[in-house]
Amino acid sequence: MIGPKIAAARATGALSRRAGRGGTSLPGKVLLRLEPDAIGTLAARLPRGSAAISATNGKTTTAALVAGILQRAEGRVVHNVQGANMAGGVASALLDAAHGRGIDGEVGLFEIDEFWLDRIGPQLQPRALLLGNLFRDQLDRYGELETIAERWSAVLDRMPATKLVLNADDPLVADLGVSRADVLYFGIEDDTVALADLPHASDSKHCRRCGTPLVYDAVYVGHLGRYHCPRGDSARPAPHVTATDIRLDGTRGASLRLRTPAGDADVRLNLPGLYNVYNALGAAALALALGVGLDDIVAGLQEVRAAFGRAETVEVDGHELAILLVKNPTGANEVLRTLALEPGEIDLLAVLNDNIADGRDVSWIWDADLELLAGGVRRVVCSGTRAPELALRLKYAGIPGERIQTVDDLEAGLDAALADAGDRLYAMPTYTAMLALRELLARRGATAGMFT
Amino acid sequence: MADLLRICALYPDVMNIYADRGNLLVLERRAGWRGIEVVITPAGFGDRVDPDAHDLFYLGGGQDRDQVLCAKDLVETKRDALHAAADRGALVLGICGGFQLLGHVYELGDDEIPGLGLVDLKTVREDGPRLIGNVAIEVELDGPSGRPRVLAGFENHGGRTHLGTGEQPLGRVLKGHGNDGRSGSEGVRRDGVIGTYLHGPLLPKNTWFADWLISRATGVELAPLDDRLEDAAHASARRAAGVSAVGSPN
Repeated sequence: MIGPKIAAARATGALSRRAGRGGTSLPGKVLLRLEPDAIGTLAARLPRGSAAISATNGKTTTAALVAGILQRAEGRVVHNVQGANMAGGVASALLDAAHGRGIDGEVGLFEIDEFWLDRIGPQLQPRALLLGNLFRDQLDRYGELETIAERWSAVLDRMPATKLVLNADDPLVADLGVSRADVLYFGIEDDTVALADLPHASDSKHCRRCGTPLVYDAVYVGHLGRYHCPRGDSARPAPHVTATDIRLDGTRGASLRLRTPAGDADVRLNLPGLYNVYNALGAAALALALGVGLDDIVAGLQEVRAAFGRAETVEVDGHELAILLVKNPTGANEVLRTLALEPGEIDLLAVLNDNIADGRDVSWIWDADLELLAGGVRRVVCSGTRAPELALRLKYAGIPGERIQTVDDLEAGLDAALADAGDRLYAMPTYTAMLALRELLARRGATAGMFT
Repeated sequence: MADLLRICALYPDVMNIYADRGNLLVLERRAGWRGIEVVITPAGFGDRVDPDAHDLFYLGGGQDRDQVLCAKDLVETKRDALHAAADRGALVLGICGGFQLLGHVYELGDDEIPGLGLVDLKTVREDGPRLIGNVAIEVELDGPSGRPRVLAGFENHGGRTHLGTGEQPLGRVLKGHGNDGRSGSEGVRRDGVIGTYLHGPLLPKNTWFADWLISRATGVELAPLDDRLEDAAHASARRAAGVSAVGSPN
């Protein structure tokens, strides 16, 4: 009987919230301690089953896009929002929706931390699983990419009925589908948005079969692109769902022609940057795999606004503040590419924390291409627990020292940045800095703005 | 003729996992700001290196799989040249995986990854957790008569490195794990051959050490720079390791 355990877990959550300790995933953790199979037991109640998403970058935004689509097409979605993407977060979302012997929802949608997929996936047995990308991220916590790819490969064998939705443009991810019969691949096919070269922070540049360096006909984001092994041992699978005719509109949005087996459509995204084109493609492919029609997919993609701190824009003290989360070199590079599209010189608040959720090791700032900002920054304030090291990085990236100010304390740093900013200020925080910044802004009554 | 710093970057496309690019960038900028021309020559798989054509050889860290490929290539195509370079006094700087490859061997269970044998050390992958965290060490680069100074960084290694008798560490662990988590030794130093687990990256967090390397490699006495941001970054890395500066910046 899971009922009494659900009640006990809920009571813990209520206590924790009254004590002011957030507690997004605590009730789920308690439930899992009482009932280790709770995720599988509760997810089995969902009439339309579940979908799951994992990746290094873009999980939260992709899940928001899929949620927008599924709410139209399938009804109420049970969804772990706000990036609570380990077992406790997934169990909490199910716990919130459970009642009696039923569940208040049609379909489940779960973003899963790339390191937790092997514990959550086999319990959940989702109808479809989207694997978006693998990038260098928090080596002190996650280890090397190959290790994660091997864990993913092993767990997929324990989910034989799950339809795989894979990014054809990521060699490490695409390779996971080689031995599966039923894979839906997505990828970009538009050379006008390709990079001249592989960026420095590219990780997976060798054929997984023979170790030979891959040859790229086009590079889109990090090591994502159109590639093949020169010895013929592996190649990018032909994607079923593609984006062509891509237009990037600075930090405000992007448009693309979405091509699918169910037909083609023009899509206008309220999310900026090529990385969000990938998120939208993945979301569309996952929805197709669940049997959703193209009209609902397009409408869902177009209505979604930025997820929690991912290119969100708010108004504060008469300024527009755009918040662009950065977590790892490739994610940061895409944010930097997007910022570099802004006309003129920008005002920037850059925040580097080294808490556990950010990664204790701040080395990665030297792998990110902060050089993209050289010549494009009027003024930058560096804040956070490792602010001086970020300031130094910006100096060596080519931003003149006199344009860089270091204010360790985030609130003081925000004030300093706002005091001297023009109409628009860009904030580039790491994960815990983003949470702290949003809290500060909420206290000041900042209101969520809209992309125009 | 202008002063010149010639750097050979070994396998920069793969041995670059812990921001090794930052180390090269700091050398390039800080030498350049002193009017020293910097030439960085990459040497990849199969490339022969000329022992007399470079003042500093740089070998960073990589993913396990890449490190195995590099070890094989180093031994096959570059070992003799690197020995010749070290013998004539060139600098060889190995960081993290690069440090391990300076020694004789890296034992991973039944597998053995061969090393360059430039210094007498071996590395063993033992049971037990990876050694991860902020780290600070005290070094005496100019001998016991010189001023002891601090290097701060971040370490993340599964291997435990053991120095042969008679081999000297780069420094003494103030905070962190060091070579093996027990001995209190960190890195290795034999004349111009220097190895360390401090990535983080090493030179941006310790620009004084970058200057020491540039000066030693070129023989140029370096003029001071406006190092306010550099000193603040060094202090920040030391704070993270729990070894704050008392008095002077270093």
